[in-house]
Amino acid sequence: MTTVDVVLWTVLPYVALTVFVVGHVWRWRVDQFGWTTRTTQVLESRWLRLGSPLFHIGILMAIAGHAMGLLVPKTWTEAVGVSEHTYHVMALAGGVAAAVLVVVGLVLLLLRRVVNGRVRRTTNRMDKALYLVLTAVITFGVVGTVGRNLLGGGYDYRETIAVWFRGVFWFHPRPELMVDVPLVFQLHALSALVLFAMWPFTRLVHVWSVPLAYLCRPYVVYRRRRPRTARLGAAAVSAPAAGVSGGRGHRPPRGPSFR
Amino acid sequence: MRVMAQLAMVMNLDKCIGCHTCSVTCKQTWTNREGTEYVWFNNVETRPGQGYPRRYEDQERWRGGWELTRRGRLRLRGGSRLRRLGRLFANPDLPELTDYYEPWTYDYRTLTTAPLGDDSPVARPISAITGAPTSVRSGPNWDDSLGGGPENLAADPVVARLRDELGTAVRFEFEQAFMFYLPRICEHCLNPSCVASCPSGAMYKRVEDGIVLVDQDRCRGWRMCVSGCPYKKVYFNHRTGKAEKCTFCYPRMEVGQPTVCAETCVGRLRYIGVMLYDVDRVTRAASTPDEKDLYPAQLDVFLDPDDPEVAAAAERDGVPHEWVEAARRSPVRDLICTYRLALPLHPEYRTMPMVWYVPPLSPVVDALARTGFDGEDTGNLFGAIESLRIPVEYLAELFTAGDPEPVRASLRRLAAMRSFMRSVNLGEVPDGAAASQVGLTEDQLRAMYRLLALARYEERYVIPTAGVGQAHDLEAVATRCSLDTDGGPGMGGGDSARGGPVELFVWNPHSRPDGLFPGSRPR
Ligand code: HEM
Ligand code: SF4
Ligand code: SF4
Repeated sequence: MTTVDVVLWTVLPYVALTVFVVGHVWRWRVDQFGWTTRTTQVLESRWLRLGSPLFHIGILMAIAGHAMGLLVPKTWTEAVGVSEHTYHVMALAGGVAAAVLVVVGLVLLLLRRVVNGRVRRTTNRMDKALYLVLTAVITFGVVGTVGRNLLGGGYDYRETIAVWFRGVFWFHPRPELMVDVPLVFQLHALSALVLFAMWPFTRLVHVWSVPLAYLCRPYVVYRRRRPRTARLGAAAVSAPAAGVSGGRGHRPPRGPSFR
Repeated sequence: MRVMAQLAMVMNLDKCIGCHTCSVTCKQTWTNREGTEYVWFNNVETRPGQGYPRRYEDQERWRGGWELTRRGRLRLRGGSRLRRLGRLFANPDLPELTDYYEPWTYDYRTLTTAPLGDDSPVARPISAITGAPTSVRSGPNWDDSLGGGPENLAADPVVARLRDELGTAVRFEFEQAFMFYLPRICEHCLNPSCVASCPSGAMYKRVEDGIVLVDQDRCRGWRMCVSGCPYKKVYFNHRTGKAEKCTFCYPRMEVGQPTVCAETCVGRLRYIGVMLYDVDRVTRAASTPDEKDLYPAQLDVFLDPDDPEVAAAAERDGVPHEWVEAARRSPVRDLICTYRLALPLHPEYRTMPMVWYVPPLSPVVDALARTGFDGEDTGNLFGAIESLRIPVEYLAELFTAGDPEPVRASLRRLAAMRSFMRSVNLGEVPDGAAASQVGLTEDQLRAMYRLLALARYEERYVIPTAGVGQAHDLEAVATRCSLDTDGGPGMGGGDSARGGPVELFVWNPHSRPDGLFPGSRPR
């Protein structure tokens, strides 16, 4: 194991994760205004309506798959009686389905960004960087899964990559596990680390704002005028509907409030 | 009963000349920025016509507003909450830029940089979105004043509805056409479907004055409000990735000034005032089964500020005294409740809109005048209102979900006022019968005339200030120089009361700013 290996598989993950966490905290605190999907559907709708759902459903499936594969140790699945073979077939089927969705969706979204003049104009440097890294992550991932597992002899990442990945979180880094991992998987992991480091600075922050609370909130939201003492720019407004569950009516907060 | 106050507007359509001054001043104030090129918080559309964005009234297509479920409960037309969350990735009901228009500017530079030649250079249109040369195919008022003729106007969803459901064909031949202008801003609805569609809870209705706003810091760009609003008055800023909408000029309102569109209206046809309403009744009123009953149902939601019980409840619910006072003097309430002249726009969307319209009598008068009859005679006018089906039915589709009766009643009152005042002006003995025929007194006709025809500034706008006693502080917030912070470069000099700069945006033309003449009013 060389210094390079340690840098790649121990230093880099921690740098990336630190940037990920600190970056999110920083962005949340200073840039609420920039925290958005920056949707371009008003500019172009037809391609997006095909590409975006495909891409998103695929990527969510892929994320679920990664959570299964990386976070659940092999011993656990075996304890429940899932054999290596069954697991492999399941993972492969899900993985290939996700890969097809993601790749088709990504190609559509990318094409649309390039071909449609309106969308191209709103693409900023961060978007370009994001798409570059995202495409790299997805390409290495798909080539790895499809290339090696489907066509090649197969590779049991759960003995190496997954253990290394969990080790990072337990502050027990084991870089030596990654040294002999096939190159595509190494590249996949490295590009993913870069993606994590970029994450807080891109539009990907929208992922953390999935509005599930919408399901149990009154339809109409009331708020009081911002108290005068609050500084402009600070969102110092009392949360209106909090605590009022599931209703559909109009429930403005009670009590005098005007002075 | 829970009393809430709402700032509302009424527009007197008879007086709109379609000059678009309101749209332009609004745009200069609020949406003169990159990302909002196509955004018109205020637009003026010609009716019959397609409106802006084109055919926005076709809710089969855009699914805005509310509908009743089979069990009679209100649900957003775009579907259940879960269903709409499932469509976050791509919203099938979202209009595209093409449904608005591709904003453009001109390549003015060639006018000065073109090499010397035989032909004079031309400034060609370039897209304000892509910067590429473009050809102008549509605009925000493409069918202005019936422009584009039959091929454009037949696509008006209201015309289509008249044709399909009532078998009434609207003719667009020059001699038979009728038209009027419909200025539109956000309705600041009592039951706003935009707010209800926003999954992040970034949109809200202000408790104090009912203004509907988008919290720019909380909007996450899910763009569900755009499709949720049946009036298409939430727009998406493609630059910032956030939704924006008409703010009812709340910074002006808070210091007691009318909106920019109202202040600058050439026809002086906009009225702003307070309405008190019972928020507990809103949902039930909005769920009224028959669409035609929605207009009376909304009238029932409003409260009478002269009723001591209402005044007491208002006090209990924290509505400031000044606001109840303003509600008593509200011109909007006069036009909506007392004279029953103003009607809501598309009550069938069930959002309980709060910008109402006095329907235009002029299509009727014009038709009458064309036939050679006296267009200001009560008898003639009443007869014409009865017999001129098409304009009345068209207006009814706009304002009362198709029920022509309230439209006729409103037009008859306008007609009575018109002929009554004519006889007054000609020194004749006024015909008292006209007033009683429409259920009003002569004094009321005179008061109506004063409000509608003379339309004095102080009577058009009765606006209480936000949080009484804070108005001056608010003014200070808006007039202070942003560099005027502790230790900042502008420190200490920026208070208008002490002779500093005056912020024109909140300057009321009827008052002399304190700082105009240094030392003139020492404090
Ligand atoms: C359930 C969670 C998510 C939701 C609700 C969601 C929703 C959205 C929405 C509404 C847009 C804007 C589309 C448009 O109108 O232009 C968007 C764009 C995007 N999302 Fe997500 N997203 C989710 C998760 C993710 C994840 C996990 C990723 C990737 C790691 C991702 C990557 C992207 C990208 C790259 C775009 C830009 C697409 C483009 O405009 O070219 N999203 N997402
Ligand atoms: S008209 Fe205004 S308040 Fe009503 S739904 Fe549309 S945006 Fe919301
Ligand atoms: S400024 Fe007044 S008269 Fe002119 S278009 Fe607007 S509402 Fe009509």
